[in-house]
Amino acid sequence: MRKYSIFAVAREAMRGHKGWEAQWTSPEPRKEYDVIIVGGGGHGLGAAYYLAKEHGITNVAVIEKGWLGGGNTGRNTTIIRSNYLYDESMNIYEHSLKLWEGLSQDLNYNVMYSPRGVMMLSHNINDKQSFQRHIHANRLHGIDNEWLTPEQAKAYCPPLDIAATARYPINGATLQRRGGTARHDAVAWGYARAASDRGVHVIQNCEVKGIRRGPDGSVSGVETTKGFIGAKKIAVSASGHNSVIMAMADVRMPLHSTPLQALVSEPMKPIFPCVVMSNSVHAYISQSDKGELVIGAGTDQYNSYSQNGGLQIVTHTLDAICELFPMFRRVKMMRQWGGITDNTPDRSAIQGVTPVKNLFVNCGWGTGGFKATPGSAHLLAHLIAKGEPHRLAAGLTLDRFRTGRLIDEAAAAAVAH
Amino acid sequence: MLLIYCPYCEEDRSELEFRHGGDAHIVRPTNMADISDEEFEEFFFLRDNPKGVIYERWRHIHGCGRFFNAARDTVSDRFLASYKTGEPKPALSGASPASAQLAEPPAQIDETTEGTAK
Ligand SMILES: Cc1cc2nc3c(=O)[nH]c(=O)nc-3n(C[C@H](O)[C@H](O)[C@H](O)COP(=O)(O)OP(=O)(O)OC[C@H]3O[C@@H](n4cnc5c(N)ncnc54)[C@H](O)[C@@H]3O)c2cc1C
Ligand SMILES: [Zn+2]
Repeated sequence: MRKYSIFAVAREAMRGHKGWEAQWTSPEPRKEYDVIIVGGGGHGLGAAYYLAKEHGITNVAVIEKGWLGGGNTGRNTTIIRSNYLYDESMNIYEHSLKLWEGLSQDLNYNVMYSPRGVMMLSHNINDKQSFQRHIHANRLHGIDNEWLTPEQAKAYCPPLDIAATARYPINGATLQRRGGTARHDAVAWGYARAASDRGVHVIQNCEVKGIRRGPDGSVSGVETTKGFIGAKKIAVSASGHNSVIMAMADVRMPLHSTPLQALVSEPMKPIFPCVVMSNSVHAYISQSDKGELVIGAGTDQYNSYSQNGGLQIVTHTLDAICELFPMFRRVKMMRQWGGITDNTPDRSAIQGVTPVKNLFVNCGWGTGGFKATPGSAHLLAHLIAKGEPHRLAAGLTLDRFRTGRLIDEAAAAAVAH
Repeated sequence: MLLIYCPYCEEDRSELEFRHGGDAHIVRPTNMADISDEEFEEFFFLRDNPKGVIYERWRHIHGCGRFFNAARDTVSDRFLASYKTGEPKPALSGASPASAQLAEPPAQIDETTEGTAK
């Protein structure tokens, strides 16, 4: 792999950009791999990269039914933060945030991680109490999160309407300064390139259709549109389709899949300096480097794999955006899309072993797993290599729905992502 | 936005009038204190989450207020049938229009067809 650097850019500029090589190879599948990862999103590709880099396991294939980043990795609104409430969540999201900070250097790929600050608006006394509880919990955990008065919030984000007469008045906000955004496609591409460089096979346009098991019940490989491919271990990391793939191994999951939508505006000059979220009125917004406002809407109420969603969900969030930021009322929206998210009953992810030997699962990241990508991928690689969860992911087991040790982040976060 | 047929009001109404009620045909155990953790997990948390036909509950919350069941294709979001609570899963004709009725009217209310959880 030829390193990306300012010199590489200068060299290519001199010779008409003819020397750039393909970022990853597209090999034909081998007969068998030590590890097959189902799903070429950020989590799956990242896990393959860390398997090779940190565990020396390179006979690995990532199998993706479409193109890299065509799933939720390329559909999300890229909000990154770690100020969750419960230890189990803080452990993994903070681990992830630390990896984000050095990810571009580690991968030699600019993932454009931008710690521009994530602000959460408080609209009433209940919000305020809940958010301050978060702040205290976060600080005990060494995670930055601070309280802002409405005036401080306005100073940090000038477009915000803090008038007492506003439709949704604000009595303060929290700010995680290390939170922010990153370039979603670059995350998939950067991991794919770095994994491929270490010998991992990235196999696109290949759908997993079945999971084959040996006489002792353990996995032996996958049936795909390119035929049978053997595997000693299989990890499933297919976001909205995790239930479908786990069913191939006769495992029923505590998941339901729903569309989640996002939309972007026409590009504008830089106007919006940070990420703002409001749980109470459901709005979240940031501005991309291209200048588009990036807005996240909610999930539909019913199970669906349609990668689309109801228009009323979009208008609901736009109503809130127009009230919070009156200057955006005349902005035109350019594109809207949906992605299928896999949601658990307690809205926390599942990463761990399954009842099937050598079958691992990474799922339930639902509406908020982009921020977890490096951390989740890193710990998933550990799980696959060692056969048991890493300390930082130890609470995210599948069997918590039997034991009752739920991680009730649903009540704590209250909003998508 | 979905257009949903309420079998009680006998009308297609906008999704805004309805609240989704999760999977249909799941029977709440009557001996809740006696069942094992595995049985509770099965009843309460585990779901098929099918890519294809799902049987689900809806409540016409801003209409008649009643719960009913529907069969819907989760890929196209097309409704295949809407039927009253307590009626068995309908035989699906597949090619029915959005507001399709049952392929055949249910013969009678049959509690024994309501799910397999104990
Ligand atoms: C609109 C929207 C906004 C969001 N906003 C945020 C946000 O602001 N912040 C945040 O942290 N998170 C956000 N999320 C959630 C986040 O996108 C997901 O949690 C995360 O991307 C999941 O990562 P992944 O890499 O595992 O999934 P994906 O990128 O979806 O990867 C899974 C892959 O599996 C593949 N696959 C499926 N079935 C098969 C099969 N049978 N065979 C082979 N491959 C298969 C899919 O094609 C897909 O590429 C958002 C999601 C959406 C939809
Ligand atoms: Zn009705």
